[in-house]
Amino acid sequence: MSLVTGIIALVILAVIFGLILGFAAVRFRVDSDPIVEQIDEILPQTQCGQCGYPGCRPYAQAIADGDDLNKCPPGGQATIQKLADLLGREAKPLDEAHGVEDIKKVAVIREDECIGCTKCIQACPVDAIIGATRQMHTVIADECTGCDLCVEPCPVDCIDMVAVTPKPDRWRWDLDAIPVQVIDATTSAKESQHG
Amino acid sequence: MADVIQLWQFPGGIHPPERKSLANQSPIRHLPVPQTLYIPLRQHIGLAGDLIVAVGERVRRGQALTEPGLQGAVPVHAPTSGIVKEITQHPSNHPSAIPEPTLVLESDGEHESITFARLEDPHQRSTQELLAHIQKAGIAGLGGAAFPTAQKLRQPQHVDVLIINGAECEPYIVSDDRLMREHAETIVQGIQLLQQIIGRPEAIIAIEDNKPEAIQAMSDAVAGYSHMRVQVIPTLYPSGGEKQLIQILTGKQVPATGYPADIGILMHNTGTAYAVARAVYHGEPLLERVVTLTGEALREPGTAWVLLGTPVAHVLEHAGLVPGPQQRIIMGGPMMGFTIADTRIPIIKSTNCILAPTAQELPAAATEMPCIRCGHCEQVCPASLLPQQLQWLAKAKDYDGLKEHHLADCIECGACAYVCPSEIPLVHYYRKAKAEIREQVIEQQKADIARQRFEARQARLEREKQERLEKHKKAAEAREKALAERAATATRPAVDAQDPVKAAVARAKARKAALQQADAQTVQQQAHADTASADQTPAQQSPQQARVAAAIARAKAKKAAATKQDDSES
Repeated sequence: MSLVTGIIALVILAVIFGLILGFAAVRFRVDSDPIVEQIDEILPQTQCGQCGYPGCRPYAQAIADGDDLNKCPPGGQATIQKLADLLGREAKPLDEAHGVEDIKKVAVIREDECIGCTKCIQACPVDAIIGATRQMHTVIADECTGCDLCVEPCPVDCIDMVAVTPKPDRWRWDLDAIPVQVIDATTSAKESQHG
Repeated sequence: MADVIQLWQFPGGIHPPERKSLANQSPIRHLPVPQTLYIPLRQHIGLAGDLIVAVGERVRRGQALTEPGLQGAVPVHAPTSGIVKEITQHPSNHPSAIPEPTLVLESDGEHESITFARLEDPHQRSTQELLAHIQKAGIAGLGGAAFPTAQKLRQPQHVDVLIINGAECEPYIVSDDRLMREHAETIVQGIQLLQQIIGRPEAIIAIEDNKPEAIQAMSDAVAGYSHMRVQVIPTLYPSGGEKQLIQILTGKQVPATGYPADIGILMHNTGTAYAVARAVYHGEPLLERVVTLTGEALREPGTAWVLLGTPVAHVLEHAGLVPGPQQRIIMGGPMMGFTIADTRIPIIKSTNCILAPTAQELPAAATEMPCIRCGHCEQVCPASLLPQQLQWLAKAKDYDGLKEHHLADCIECGACAYVCPSEIPLVHYYRKAKAEIREQVIEQQKADIARQRFEARQARLEREKQERLEKHKKAAEAREKALAERAATATRPAVDAQDPVKAAVARAKARKAALQQADAQTVQQQAHADTASADQTPAQQSPQQARVAAAIARAKAKKAAATKQDDSES
């Protein structure tokens, strides 16, 4: 008798929890995979495609599906480490088949050489190039991610990737570079007076 | 003066040797006008204004060189008359000395001024007029941060207390001390104007008790003014820090993420009050400031009115620098200043001191030794932080940990590094870490923008594709419909006329008739043209025919010419 009671009780409980879980699955359904969002958040959003995927978001999806973490040269080792921490995977060194870590750059169009073909505009993943057919194009430097994708399509090779020059308000107080220089103040005073 | 009013204390603080008597014994002097001035276009917190003078133009003393523009920037003015030589990149007055856009002014030695437009009856003027005038005069906070003064005064919060900071707690620096001794009346005029702008709150002029002459001068000047008093505070570094001074005077703490205005307090420097009075009563924009020239390596230490844009080298030359081996030049005081790498850098609105110490006086930083966890730093921190903990975290680059330990509240006063027995340059680590955190925040913002732009572009491409498909579909539908209609019209008359063949014959006849008629017309035209003169004929023809005729004529002429040439050659 007690055996039957026990089974009945368990079956009732199972039905109740099944209903609750079933309801929750419908009610609190998550459309997109939140882990993809989190990975995308860490990726540098250069949209350069060096990983072999057409943008950061697709690569985030690929990582979530099990691809390697070390295919993002713009993010470098720091991004790999963060991804490894997030996903609990091993941080591997950057896969050099996809490129090497480089300093931050920005695209600059040599404007008098531009023929206005709009090819770079079509290549830019973040719409950071403005211009129109047969009109000069220019790069919005603040929006440029330095992805390099506009350089190749340019038929007249008028796009340069230029290293970003540091500004005083974004200077990083480099400890080793704080110069305690020995200056001969009298001569430099005279130099600046005459020169 | 010095009413018995309760004062509070901020945690920590230190008593470094004051060494103020080196420079505060002589009146503020004037330096000769330098041959070349390097005027950075941006000398305040914010963006640079728009340049309104051209290279080669002669400017006079007081003439504006930039205007606020869309950003509402603080303009800079020509401190003397001369020719604008160039606008170039010149080492900036910043620890990094990274070149900044700078206007190079070649002085013509005449020091000729524009007519200064002072504000008549300032006490009858509206707040807006006064603020506009202060903005136009290029005044930024002269205490060191160079925050635009008009912008600070424009804050919407109600202000109960205006604090005038004359504490000047950092060793060596005596600029405010001398200014208060010599120009107390003007400072009080400035304070009155500031009070008027922010709704006449009580003004407290806070001065450390190591400046008895300044206290006396200011007390004499405020006598007879209600809502204004001098408050003497005990000497303790860093009592001149904004948050610390507020705590001393009111016992209130400024919220970590807020501003003093959030608790009804506004603070301005004595130098700023002076500059406001000069701008309003004399129409003089901010052209020069008091700079302390001090240190034992100078033969003639003291204070001086230095034109903004004067290279440090010029100042040092006139202060009689006797450089020792490994001479260091420090911009600012010994606690918070930075060693400069280049004496060409200019004096700007926020420069209050140039310190040239001898090696005995202020030895260069010794080798850093390991932290022994003595805890002295924690006892002197005026912001109640844990300096040694921050140091570990900064070295480990644990930026989340630093945020948790409130690194952002560090005022970089240097008290911790001063007491550290291991000579750890703690503040350097904090500055570095702060810069890294700021950089990460900027990078994150940029990445977010890039993501948005990328996604917007993807959406746009997708939408365009859909639109194209839609268009093709519509075109295809239209084609099909047209075909169907044509088929329908083709069959309908047949049904009507009962005989498609008859209908077709009728149509053909009609066309033939129309053609005949047209022929008759052309014949008539031809006849008409014949009767007209021969010259008019081409004009009567269609332009296309005329062009063809002309081209044929040209080709014939060319051919003829060629044969002629051939003939002559042979």
